[in-house]
Amino acid sequence: MSDTVKTYGIIAEFDKPAHIISAAEKVRDAGFRRWDVFTPYAVHGMDKAMGVKNSQVGWFSFIGGVAGYTSGMLMIWWMNAVDYPIPIGGKPMFSPFGAFPPSYELTILFGAFGAIFGMFFMNRLPRLNHPLLKHRRFEKASHDKFYLVIETSDPKFAETEIRAMLESQGSKHIEMVED
Amino acid sequence: MSEATGNVKVFAPPAELEKPALVANKHDIGWISDTIAGVAEGQTPKWWWIAFGISVTMMTICFSLILYLMSIGPGVWGLNHPVMWGWAIINFVWWIGIGHAGTLISAILFLLRQKWRTGVNRAAEAMTIFAVMCAGIYPLIHIGRIWLGWWLFPIPNANGIWPQFRSPLMWDVFAVSTYFIVSLLFWYVGLVPDLAVMRDRAKTKVRKFCYGLFALGWTGSNRHWSNYEKAYLILAGLSTPLVLSVHSIVSLDFAVSQLPGWHTTIFPPYFVAGAVFSGFGMVLTLLIPVRRLCGLEDLITKRHIDLMCKVTLATGSIVGYAYLMELFIAIVYSGSIYEAFAFKNRMFGPYAWGYWIMMTCNVIVPQFFWMKKVRSNLMFVWILSIFVNIGMWFERFVIVVISLHRDFLPANWGYFEPTWVDILQFLGTFGLFFTMFLLFLRFLPIIAIAEVKAITPQADPHHPLGGAKTGGHY
Repeated sequence: MSDTVKTYGIIAEFDKPAHIISAAEKVRDAGFRRWDVFTPYAVHGMDKAMGVKNSQVGWFSFIGGVAGYTSGMLMIWWMNAVDYPIPIGGKPMFSPFGAFPPSYELTILFGAFGAIFGMFFMNRLPRLNHPLLKHRRFEKASHDKFYLVIETSDPKFAETEIRAMLESQGSKHIEMVED
Repeated sequence: MSEATGNVKVFAPPAELEKPALVANKHDIGWISDTIAGVAEGQTPKWWWIAFGISVTMMTICFSLILYLMSIGPGVWGLNHPVMWGWAIINFVWWIGIGHAGTLISAILFLLRQKWRTGVNRAAEAMTIFAVMCAGIYPLIHIGRIWLGWWLFPIPNANGIWPQFRSPLMWDVFAVSTYFIVSLLFWYVGLVPDLAVMRDRAKTKVRKFCYGLFALGWTGSNRHWSNYEKAYLILAGLSTPLVLSVHSIVSLDFAVSQLPGWHTTIFPPYFVAGAVFSGFGMVLTLLIPVRRLCGLEDLITKRHIDLMCKVTLATGSIVGYAYLMELFIAIVYSGSIYEAFAFKNRMFGPYAWGYWIMMTCNVIVPQFFWMKKVRSNLMFVWILSIFVNIGMWFERFVIVVISLHRDFLPANWGYFEPTWVDILQFLGTFGLFFTMFLLFLRFLPIIAIAEVKAITPQADPHHPLGGAKTGGHY
């Protein structure tokens, strides 16, 4: 067997949020596509610096909410007015007002499901085996360091140029990551 | 004061405009994970074992008494005509109300961009979930035949009958179960990045596996953070109307009925304010000892306590206003002799002691928080917070028991007394609550690590401490 190890990408470590933001702007402007930034918290301004578009999670939540409200109203109408009508104190068999509170709660419930599962779907999580999670320095990504990773699969990937560019942005550790 | 950074001078704001920092003593962001995760790592302190032992004992009492209730029937409680709704519903409403502060802190204060929420939101949300668990026990066991509890949900059963959705009790089933599920998911979503912190710090294989499993492979990717922040914002936006609706719907359990003292339109806002008030009381009761025992004084600072006291004061004053307005509506404005009697009976009837405990604890006690000296004396704040908890329990006692014990016909009047089962079972729910809370303290990051990091100046890419050279303009 050959002993060449497949590489996942190049990883650069930064100490300060401002440095990684300016590095991200450089990488964005250089036209890379398969790259990402890893930070211990959501750094403000990073979406713009990376050129990440507004998240689409809202749509999942909206669809969930509409589905929740509709299914609540339909369920109550069908159960109490069609399938087994129960006359209660001369009240109408179905009234949107009486059916509103449970439907309102279902709107919120399904909207929340949409937001949460939509977010995990967009992030392709859960994924428990990421190459970066095996990298020995990477555990600081949840602590106090900031990382920029460019994947080898990026069409513009060229190790020496990337190294020079990231070093000029103040990264002190640049390494290759095994796949 | 100025700091020369490169060729641009960045001036700090004048000292009188500076608020006390939310993370005291200018710790770096690594210190934040070390300190918070450190609470759940290392050796279990002795106080934890003692507290846990007491809590588990009390929890066992609670569950044994539930078993006793199941085998004999709800007659083991002090319920009898005319008070057929006693401590079970009081405790249910009280525990649900406690939960509301957690959601207010996590959702409403998030929408209002209150940065101080990050220091307390995780523990407050945990409190919400455990309080809703304690609350959820009561509707289940008060139906008597607990094994038929699933009839509350629209699940097909052999009788071919569906739940009756015109009843507010049915609305309550939906409100409370939605509240529990959404609070749990909101809490979990907030935990995911912090579970990744725990995973990355874990020394043993078992810990790495367990935290890693629940962290779902979170890497801190900014493409993930982008979706995550959006989802968190939406959840906060959904939880806000949710928390307002839950206690409104709980209040409709009473307000939709015809009973004097219950049949009133003021209930929804009055219940919501009371819920937040009692919840903040409980947050203060829990966090003042926790910050000391776990060494979190630099993360849950005196400023956090001060701000929570102010919320308690504001909501307590709304509650006080509602009490007075309720009296005015019933006695002066309604023109109904039954309404007027119900309220005079509260003030001067056989349960007047309950009414005046409520008035003292909920109307007078929070007014002490006007004074800065009181708000910065933690021992005093802690004692006042306990009075808030007691007062809000008595509010529900006043509403439930005093309204029921004397209704329209004097021939129907009676006097309710709890039995030993009522009392021990209620104390037992504290066992359940504290058992859960202590397990939470021991195994999970009790402050939102990633969120606290994000509000420090060191984490701000536009601040000199975050490495900014030119001031920034993103």
